[in-house]
Amino acid sequence: MSKNTAVITVVGVDRVGIIAGVSKLLADEGINIKDISQTILDNLFTMIMMVDLKDVVIERSDIVEKLNKLGEELGVQITIQHTDLFNAMHRI
Amino acid sequence: MITDFEILETTRMFSEQHLDIRTITMGINLMDCSASTVEESCQKIYDKICRYAGRLVEVGEEISRKYHVPIIHKRISVTPISIVAAACGAKDYTPFAVALDKAAKACGVNFIGGFSALVQKGYTISDKILLESIPEALAVTDFVCSSVNLASTRTGINMDAVRDMGIIIKKAAERTADRGALGCAKLVVFANAPEDNPFMAGAFLGPGEPECVINVGISGPGVVKHALESVKGKDLGVVAETIKKAAFKITRVGELVAREASQRLGVPFGIIDLSLAPTPAVGDSVARLLEEFGLEECGTWGTTAALAMLNDAVKKGGTMASSFVGGLSGAFIPVSEDEGMIAAAKSGCLKLEKLEAMTCVCSVGLDMIAIPGDTDATTISGIIADEMALGTFNNKTTAVRIIPVPGKGVGDEVEFGGLLGTAPIMPVNTASCAEFINRGGRIPAPIHSMRN
Repeated sequence: MSKNTAVITVVGVDRVGIIAGVSKLLADEGINIKDISQTILDNLFTMIMMVDLKDVVIERSDIVEKLNKLGEELGVQITIQHTDLFNAMHRI
Repeated sequence: MITDFEILETTRMFSEQHLDIRTITMGINLMDCSASTVEESCQKIYDKICRYAGRLVEVGEEISRKYHVPIIHKRISVTPISIVAAACGAKDYTPFAVALDKAAKACGVNFIGGFSALVQKGYTISDKILLESIPEALAVTDFVCSSVNLASTRTGINMDAVRDMGIIIKKAAERTADRGALGCAKLVVFANAPEDNPFMAGAFLGPGEPECVINVGISGPGVVKHALESVKGKDLGVVAETIKKAAFKITRVGELVAREASQRLGVPFGIIDLSLAPTPAVGDSVARLLEEFGLEECGTWGTTAALAMLNDAVKKGGTMASSFVGGLSGAFIPVSEDEGMIAAAKSGCLKLEKLEAMTCVCSVGLDMIAIPGDTDATTISGIIADEMALGTFNNKTTAVRIIPVPGKGVGDEVEFGGLLGTAPIMPVNTASCAEFINRGGRIPAPIHSMRN
């Protein structure tokens, strides 16, 4: 059985408080951040977070709605996707 | 460890390039729903479908949420009704279509396929009743799809059925004339119909299939087009390699979704159908993808060659990604459902004869093509006969889903709405083939069918 981990991507116009906002929400949900990388791509702030979901099951929690709402407040697009997707696509 | 580049590549496939899982289709065997009365049989059908597929939509949505992957359709395919209904002795099978429609609505799916008959070598009494019931069945239901297999490489072509289907297609059009002949958009005839196809209108669960099975159809012409944009001007070997890699990645997503759906529903996984299925949305077009090869407009010289290569490269990439590939698997070229095809048909660059040539090298056939409403039934049968010959003699699946729109002629358009799109009425060669069609009988199986 694969680990319950996910990738969170944040894309949008850079501003103060994006990392703080996302990190706080994840901390409140009990989700542990394993790795963060960020870059400016095509003039857009792009952040990728590897997280350990612990006991959070994406499809049975309201984490998607909470991230969407935070994304609206910060003016960025936030998506959470289970890591299995990327392993299936990019690893043989 | 997955790299940032790979992560961003994946997220863009979904956000910008229209990658989606087109359908999760649950195949349900209805052989045990035969009964001596129509009412009893229909009740059994309704109950069984609801029992098996009750959680299908919910599970599809859960998976979609977990991976942030759009799963557009959840659908059901069933045993051909001509087999299930045979024991009840009815003279009209419309009540069976109504029962299927009711079950589809109860389960929340948007199409149910299997109002079907397999008549490639001849009719049973029940097959004949089913065919006669098609126009009415498609007119009084919303979600039922019908398909008839008229030919196969092993049996040849049932030309009696080809003749009859020309008439039935005309009747289905007239019966739904108030809705742009929508009945015909839910009716397809096949040569070498696959028994595990998850795509509509041709999905049914063949007699050799298990009790219940999950088949998944994937899509993604936009992803392949985007990949090709990165190799502009490079030679065709590079193009083939690029398509293969894109197809591999798309198929892996389908495999992941299929396995997860199968596990959650407790139903065996059947196949992945790795088709490039377009939608009317800009950026999700197979025609535009072909144009990316370097064609001014889809339908010009070179289109067939580009499509052949595309279809082959998609299969090669896809078969590496999943051990169980089936269904139609290849590029779809439905005219009304593809923004670029619509444009090319309107401009006159893409003609019916060219589409026929294209069906020699891709996965389906003359699909979602609107023709003048006054086209003779024998001419429609002639179009079907040619397409059946291509499939039968080239050992491949071909199909015809053609819509003679009552009251409309060349230059008009018909709007079906949603994914079925908009079709310009295309001109048809009107020289008569009636004498040929009315001969009836069977075209014998080709010599290369004797492989034993």
